[in-house]
Amino acid sequence: MAATSPIELWRHSRRALGALLAPLAGLLAGHSARAVDLPEDRAEALVHVYQGGGVTASGPALLVRKNIADRVSLTGSYYLDAVSNASIDVVTTASPFRERRHEFGAGLDYAVRDSLITLGVSKSDEPDYKSDTASIDVSQETFGGMTTVALGFSRGADKVLKHGDPSFNDTVKRWQYRLGVTQILTPSWLASANFEAISEDGFLGSPYRAARVFGAAVPERNPRTRSSRALKLRVKGDLGARNAMHAEYRYFWDTWAVKAHTAEAGYSRYFGDLWLADAFVRYYSQKHALFYSDNAPAETLYVSRNRQLSTFDSLGLGAKLSYTWKRVPGQYELKANGAYELVRFNFKDFTDIRTGSPYSFQANVLQLYVSATF
Amino acid sequence: MNTHPVRSAAMTAAVLIGCMLLGGCARLQPWVKPYEREKLADPIMQFSRDSLVEKHREHVRVVREGARGATGVQGGGCGCN
Repeated sequence: MAATSPIELWRHSRRALGALLAPLAGLLAGHSARAVDLPEDRAEALVHVYQGGGVTASGPALLVRKNIADRVSLTGSYYLDAVSNASIDVVTTASPFRERRHEFGAGLDYAVRDSLITLGVSKSDEPDYKSDTASIDVSQETFGGMTTVALGFSRGADKVLKHGDPSFNDTVKRWQYRLGVTQILTPSWLASANFEAISEDGFLGSPYRAARVFGAAVPERNPRTRSSRALKLRVKGDLGARNAMHAEYRYFWDTWAVKAHTAEAGYSRYFGDLWLADAFVRYYSQKHALFYSDNAPAETLYVSRNRQLSTFDSLGLGAKLSYTWKRVPGQYELKANGAYELVRFNFKDFTDIRTGSPYSFQANVLQLYVSATF
Repeated sequence: MNTHPVRSAAMTAAVLIGCMLLGGCARLQPWVKPYEREKLADPIMQFSRDSLVEKHREHVRVVREGARGATGVQGGGCGCN
């Protein structure tokens, strides 16, 4: 058989894909011929600062979303993390360091009947860690627009390197599967349920971090696979008089025996026509991974002293204020925003080896940004 | 038969309730009409208002907590070491 040209191959693929998707699209569209709305055109410019536990990470971030036709919306984003790291891991086993992480993202939203199809790619780059991710998400309005069902899949590939050791070179492959349902309950209340399964395969630790066995520092040893599941339930309600509240709960569990609960409640309120304020409280708690040990009393195949896998809880208190700077109805709207969160981490089985007490620290997260819709 | 009577009654009740719920599906109609969704369209009712800011907050958490996923926020990979 003669070689097929790329154009013919594209035509064949398009026809085959069309034949496969047409009945599905018809089924999903149901009786409604109403088109779903594309996300509105917008731009966000952010300056973010995280400071806590000896780590400062800050930088600018930008996002632009533009509708270029009736059915397609394009997104581009850039994010910089300039990290200065003198965390407890670093000061007790190595030297403080600085590095930069750049992340670029691009996305395309396509609206067809009552469905919104989103394709995205992102690239994260830092001296000793590179990451590429591609994703597809489909959301479908159904039941007269009262229910939105969303399905998504992401595939990631990371490259793990080690500063000062050119022979170290490993990878991580990642698969993420998402399912979400958002339901209008009443003219004032919404609820949603999200489920996500994530599987990873590769080097899932840090080449720098040490574990402790019989009081001696040894390189940590993690399993090369990890599968996790998370289920999140949310409700949001309009309380009348331009007040709203939300509550959410997430349960997480994985094959490393980490189990975590996250609960959040928040309140939002307009002040006049120009100000919108939000406040929230978030509580997080987790149980340690099977192979986590503060100071292992025996040699085991896997051992880690990564405090991210330890037993701890955290309490966050946050607030956000938005001010509508300029508003030209039907043309554009410009907002200035500030958000702040204070988080307290309390570790139960991670000892600060400088003091011999359980480790704890406080972190500040600050976000100042301008957002525009046009 | 060694079926526990309480379990058997619970099973029968579950089947009956299931049948009633399924029966309801046949005539279930959207009960919040499009013209009643004005409040829900207000920005105050959005689960996530600013995607870039949500993504940053999510990154801060993923790097420090053992849990991840099901947040409704799309994130890329990250160098979390």
